[in-house]
Order: sequence, then C-alpha cells, then structure tokens
Amino acid sequence: MGSKISVISYYLPEKTFTNEDFYLEFPESKGTSLEKTGIYKRHIIAPDETASDMAFKAAEKLFSEHQIDPQSIDFLILACIEPDYYTPPTSAVLHGRLGLKPACGIMEYNHGCSAYVYGLGMADGAITRMGAKRVLFLTTSSLTHTFHPGDKSSRFVFGDAATATLLEDSDTEDIGPYEYGTNGNGYNRIIVEDGHARNAITEESLMEIKDDFGNITSRATFRMDGTGVFLFTMKTVPAMIEELLKKAALKIEDVDYFVFHQPNEFLNEMLRKKIGIPEEKFIHCIRETGNTVQCTIPIALCEMYAEGKLTRGTTVVLAGFGVGLSWISTVAKF
Amino acid sequence: MDSIDQFIVKLERELDMVEPGTLNPEVNYRNIPNWSSMYALIIVALCETEYDVAVTGEDLRKCNTISDLYNIVASRKG
Repeated sequence: MGSKISVISYYLPEKTFTNEDFYLEFPESKGTSLEKTGIYKRHIIAPDETASDMAFKAAEKLFSEHQIDPQSIDFLILACIEPDYYTPPTSAVLHGRLGLKPACGIMEYNHGCSAYVYGLGMADGAITRMGAKRVLFLTTSSLTHTFHPGDKSSRFVFGDAATATLLEDSDTEDIGPYEYGTNGNGYNRIIVEDGHARNAITEESLMEIKDDFGNITSRATFRMDGTGVFLFTMKTVPAMIEELLKKAALKIEDVDYFVFHQPNEFLNEMLRKKIGIPEEKFIHCIRETGNTVQCTIPIALCEMYAEGKLTRGTTVVLAGFGVGLSWISTVAKF
Repeated sequence: MDSIDQFIVKLERELDMVEPGTLNPEVNYRNIPNWSSMYALIIVALCETEYDVAVTGEDLRKCNTISDLYNIVASRKG
C-alpha cells in the first residue's frame, strides 16, 4: 500500500509584474543578462492578501476543477512560511474556511524550496500510517511581502503563488524512495534576519544595506547570497540525484521527466548539463511565474498534466533544494 | 589549466553582452559594461563548470582585475 498524486491545481494572484514593468522601475538593469533566468513575468500578492488566502483559493480551484467533495478530505497538510497568526496553526484556519469535516487531520511546516517533496513524504505517512484516504496538500508562497522595494535581484526572480495537490491511497507504492539532506550551517544564506524570536526589530534592522550590484536590503527584509546558493546547489543536487537513482535502481534513461525546483533557468540548465539529463526530459517552467519557492514543482506538474505529459506509468524525478540549506528528491509514478 | 588568454576568451563567450576582444587581464571586472549580479553568477558558473573550482561571492569582492580572478582559479586548480 502506498500513495499517489491524483490531481493538482494552482492559483496566481491577479497583479502581474512583467520584465517591461521591471525595466521601467530599474532602467539601469537593462542589458544585464537578467533574461538568462528565463523569467518574463511574476504574479504579486496584493498587500491585503495573505498566504493562506492564496492557499484557500488554490484549494477551492482544485475542488471545482476536479469535482472534489471537501468532505472527502481526511488530512490537510500546509507548507507556508507566512502564517496568519502566531498561534493557532494556519492549517486550522484553512480547515474551517474550506469546510472540511471534523474527522480531518491537519499539519503544517514552514519549509521553503524543498517543501513540496517533503510534503509528499508526509502525505504518504498520513495515508499509509494514519489511515487517511485523501490528503489535501497545499503550498503557498507570499515571499514578495518580505522584499525591500530596492532589492532588484529578488524582485526580478521571485513571484507569489499557491498550489493544491490531492494525494490518494494506492495499491502500489507510487512515490519513493527519497534522498535528502541538510546543511544547517548555511542557514543564513537565505534569510529574513530580524523580526522573529531570535532578533527583535530595532532601528538597526531597518538600516539599508547596499550590495555590490546596487540591490538594497535590510536585516528585516529577505536576503539571499546568490553565488553561495549557486555553489551549494551545483555541489549538492547532482550528487543527490545520483544517489536517488542508485537507491531506486533507475538510470537516467528509465526516467521520463526530471522536474526540479525552479530557482532560475540558468542554474537549472547548469544542473541539467552537469547531471547529463537530455533536454527533452528536463522541465523548465518559470517564464510566466518566476521562482514561486515551494510552488514551483506542483505548478510545473500541473502544466505537464495540461500538456498530456503525465499519463499512466510516467516516471518523474522530483527535486527540491534551497533555504535551510536543504535538499530532497524522490521518484513519482503517475 | 588554461592560459589567461584562453580564460578570457571563455569569459567573453559566457558574458554575451561583452564584445570579443574587449577584455584583458588588467580590466577591473566591475567596470565591464552592464556588470550585474547575473554576471557574477555567470563567472562563478564558468569557474565551476569549466575548471571545477568554487569561486565565492567573497572572492569576487576581494579581487579587482580579471588577472586576480584567474590567479585564484589557477591556484585552486593546482
């Protein structure tokens, strides 16, 4: 007995921010090769919209697009970095808003780029060990709320989104094995430093920090060491994929598609070449949405469903990597 | 390890907004027209994929010229 991904839907906020909009605001960035990221457009959460509002809309879309009865959901899992309240858990709030039944478990975690693949493992646990038949797995990212307006790099790369995946019990083990790891010493490579339990907001938190490329951040806004994360990814992800394939007794040619987290197309192309994955097996899905953190993989899968790429028996390697620093991958059979 | 001239040819190829033949060892890479975080990433990627050498953001901050950068890569390549 195992679990399988049944259907996926996603929600994008109404407001868009295209490259034309970006260059109007930052004309000095024209001709700096930012297009190598493969991004043309991002969707930006409204100031009065929360991450859970987006997750709610993604779930409603899933229910209506695939005729899912909310009462049939036995477990809700939420991957969300920006909770509605300190307590209670946002998954409880969503449980109420979505009208899920009382006999429905909830669980949530604040992982970022690796969250989707971790969530598949947790959903599998809910199904195989906790008796759930249907798991609603939501991911939502409102990262742009944390940006300094002058942080050009982040504003070019990231967008907001939410996704909803339905996982169901299966006679066969359709997801797994997993390969994962963490480098906790790299926790400050991707960080919002002040404004939580460790560091309160002080005057110093709001002082602007300008990097060598003219990006403005502060201790209270999102900051990422782009080159450090790049080197981490190039070192970690190829080794992880090699180990996963070994564990699954698969070769690259046995896998139909490789769907990685989509930080940017330049980095993913470097990874693809280093691992030796043929172009036709490697999915790029970033042009219309940017890097949506824990939403990139399910958005890519949803688009693949729409394009008819995920038919019965399709084997896909999924890999998430980033904030933490953390990494995880698995094999999913459709 | 490539010579510095070969290194520069590869660098110019990767930095696609830079005309071939415009860089030399004494050029401060921060003065390359359109120098950006993307260019920094391209340089780090080139060092990683072509020479299997990790050049960090800190290295890029400490170095000034293309020659400085080449010396780091050459010394780590061994």
